[in-house]
Amino acid sequence: MLEHANLDTCGSYPQRGRMTASSPRERASHYAHVAFCAAVLVFLIAPILVVVPLSFNAEPYFTFTEGMLRFEPDAYSLRWYASIVEDEAWLRALVNSLGIGVSATVVATVLGTLAALGLASPAMPGRPLVMGLLISPMVTPVIISAAGFFFFYSSLGLAQTHLGLILAHAALGTPFVVITVTATLAGFDVNLTRAAASLGAGPWRTFRRVQLPLIAPGVLSGALFAFATSFDEVVAVLFMGGIDQRTIPRQMWSGIREQISPAILAVATFLIAFALLLMGVVEWLRRRGSQAD
Amino acid sequence: MKAVSPGSRGPTLRALGLTLPLVAFIGVTFLAPLAAMLVRSVYDPVVADALPETLQALAPWDGEGVPSEAAFAALASELVAASDARTVGQVATRLNRVESGLRSVVTRTARRLRNAEINPDATTPWRDAVVSVADAWEDAGTWRAIRRAGERVTPRHYLNALDLDQGAHDEIVRQPEDLRIYVPLLVRTLVVSTSITVLCLLLGYPVAYLIAHAAPTRANLLLLLVLVPFWTSLLVRTTAWIVLLQSRGVVNDLLVTAGVIEDEQRLQMIYNMTGTIVAMTHVLLPFMVLPLYAVMRTIPSLHMSAAASLGASFGQAFRRVYWPQTLPGVGAGSLLVFILAIGYYITPALVGGRTGQLISNMIAYHMQQSLNWGLAAALGGILLACVVGLYLLYDRLVGVERMRLG
Repeated sequence: MLEHANLDTCGSYPQRGRMTASSPRERASHYAHVAFCAAVLVFLIAPILVVVPLSFNAEPYFTFTEGMLRFEPDAYSLRWYASIVEDEAWLRALVNSLGIGVSATVVATVLGTLAALGLASPAMPGRPLVMGLLISPMVTPVIISAAGFFFFYSSLGLAQTHLGLILAHAALGTPFVVITVTATLAGFDVNLTRAAASLGAGPWRTFRRVQLPLIAPGVLSGALFAFATSFDEVVAVLFMGGIDQRTIPRQMWSGIREQISPAILAVATFLIAFALLLMGVVEWLRRRGSQAD
Repeated sequence: MKAVSPGSRGPTLRALGLTLPLVAFIGVTFLAPLAAMLVRSVYDPVVADALPETLQALAPWDGEGVPSEAAFAALASELVAASDARTVGQVATRLNRVESGLRSVVTRTARRLRNAEINPDATTPWRDAVVSVADAWEDAGTWRAIRRAGERVTPRHYLNALDLDQGAHDEIVRQPEDLRIYVPLLVRTLVVSTSITVLCLLLGYPVAYLIAHAAPTRANLLLLLVLVPFWTSLLVRTTAWIVLLQSRGVVNDLLVTAGVIEDEQRLQMIYNMTGTIVAMTHVLLPFMVLPLYAVMRTIPSLHMSAAASLGASFGQAFRRVYWPQTLPGVGAGSLLVFILAIGYYITPALVGGRTGQLISNMIAYHMQQSLNWGLAAALGGILLACVVGLYLLYDRLVGVERMRLG
C-alpha cells in the first residue's frame, strides 16, 4: 500500500517518455534514462552498421582509413565483393545453403503446421508434454544437438550427406513453425470451420479454403524463421557436414578462424541485407495478422 | 477443460493424427541423436570387444601383484589380433585415458609381438616375454586399467567430466588439484552466464521500458533497433565485434585518435573473456528486451499515475507498483538468456581466445581435436541436465506454450 504523503503532487509525473510539466530533478532523470537507452541502442546497432562501410574498404584493413573518413572515392572499392563473386567456394556455399535451407524449411513447415493444428484442438491429450518435446530442439544448446547428430547420423551413414543436414536443420527449425502457427491459431475462430463443415465441406476442403488462408501469415512467418535458422546454422554443419556440404556460415567460420579478410565483411553485408529482408517480411505479416483480428 | 464426451473419439484421434507426424519426426531426427549421445557417454565396447579373453582371464585376479600366465598369453594373442584388425590404436588410446602412459606401452608391445620379436619358449613364459618389452606389465595398475577400460557400461566419462577418478579399489577420488579442469570450467560457464544475464537485464530493462511507453510510431522505430540485431546472422555479429575490438580495430583507433591511449598501449579487448562477455551480451540482449517489452506493454500507464496521485515518489511507485508487474517478463527474459548463454559455443570460439572459453568449447574440443567422444558426450550430458532443469523451471514459471518469437 502506498502512503498519502504528499497529496498536492497529484499526477505530477506521468509515464517517462511522455513528459509534460515536471520538476527539474524529474526532467534530469528522464534525460538520463533516454541517454542511457540511446547508448544501449547504439551498442546494439552500431556493430552491424560499422560492417557495411568497411566492406567497401579499398585497403585490406578492418578500420576506417583516413581516405574513407575524408570520403575520397579512391578509398572505397568493390574489390572484396568482386573477390567473393569470383570465388567458386562462396558460390558453392550459397547453393548449398539455399538447397539445404529450402528443403529443411519445407519439411519443417509442413510437419510444424500440421502439429500446431493438432495441438490447437481442445481434444488433444497431453498437450503441455507434447508441446515441451516439440519445442525442445530450440532450447537445447546446439553443441549438444550437433554432437548427437554426429553420433546418430554417422551410424546411419547420413553424416556428410545433404540429406542428413536437411533432416537436422528441419528438426532445429520446427519449433519456430509450431510456435508461430500456434500463436496465429490462438486468435482463430473455430466457428468458421464449423460453418464450413455445416455447408458440406470436407475436412481437407475446410482446411484449404477456410483455415489455411487465415493462418497463412503465421505459417509463412514460421517458415521464414525456420529458413533463417538453417541459413545461420554452423555447428551441425561443422560436426556432420563434409567438404561437399559447406554452407555460407561454414565458409564464414573458416574465413574468420583462418585468415580474416575484408571479403568476410562483404559476405556479412550481404547477410545483413538478407536479414533485413526477412525481418521486413515477418513484420509485415505480423501487422497483417494483427489487423485481421 | 476437455470438451470431449466419452463417446466421441473422433476429434482426439484427428488431433493426434495431425501431431503424430512431427512427434515421430522429432523423435527420430532429434531425440534419437540426443539418446545416441547419452549412450555414448556411458557405453564404450572397444576394449571389451578387442580383449575378451584377457578380460576373462583377469576375472579371478584379485587386483594385487601380477595376474596369471593365462592372462599374459591371452593378452599377447589378442594384441596381435588387434594389430591385424588395426584396432590396437583405439585400444591403446582408451587404456591411456584410464592410466596415462599406457599408449606407448601397448603399441610397442603389440608391434614387437606382431613382428615375432618376442617369443615364449619352454624357459621363458609369456609373462617374461611381455614384461621384457615394458616394465609396466609387472605393475598391477596396468592390469587394473585394462579391467576398468574393459567395462562396456562405464561411469568413467562422467567421473572424468566431474574431475573425479577411480582409485585402486574402485573408490572414487578427486583428481589432484592441477588436473581439475572441467568443474572449474563449468563453474566459470555458470558465472559468466549469470553475469551476462545480469548485464542484459540492466541494459535491457530501461530500453524495454522506454519502448513500451513511447508513442506508437516512435516505439516501432526503436523496436526496429532491437529487431535488426535479433535477425542478423550470429556470425555476422561476432565478426562485427572482431572488427570493432581487435587491436587495429575501430574502437582502439578511435581511442588512439582521441588521445585516450597511446598507439603502443592499445587495449586487448578481444580473444579473451572481455571479448566473450561483450559479444555475448550483444547477441543475447534482444532475447531480454523482447519478453520484457511484451510484458511492459500490457501494464496500463494509469497504474503509475494512480500511485503518483496517491503521493508516491517515482522510485516508490516504480518499486511497489511497476516492478512487481514486470516480474514475469524479468523471469522469462533472464531464464531465456541464461539457457542460451550456458550452451553458447560459436561466439566464445571465435572471440574468446584462450581465456574466454566455455564448457561448450570443451565439448567441441573433445569432439573434433582430442576425439575423446565419450568424454564429450558426458560433458554434453551434464550441460543437457542443466538446460533441462532450467527449461522445466521456465515451463513452470512462464509456460512453454506462451513462448513467442520476436
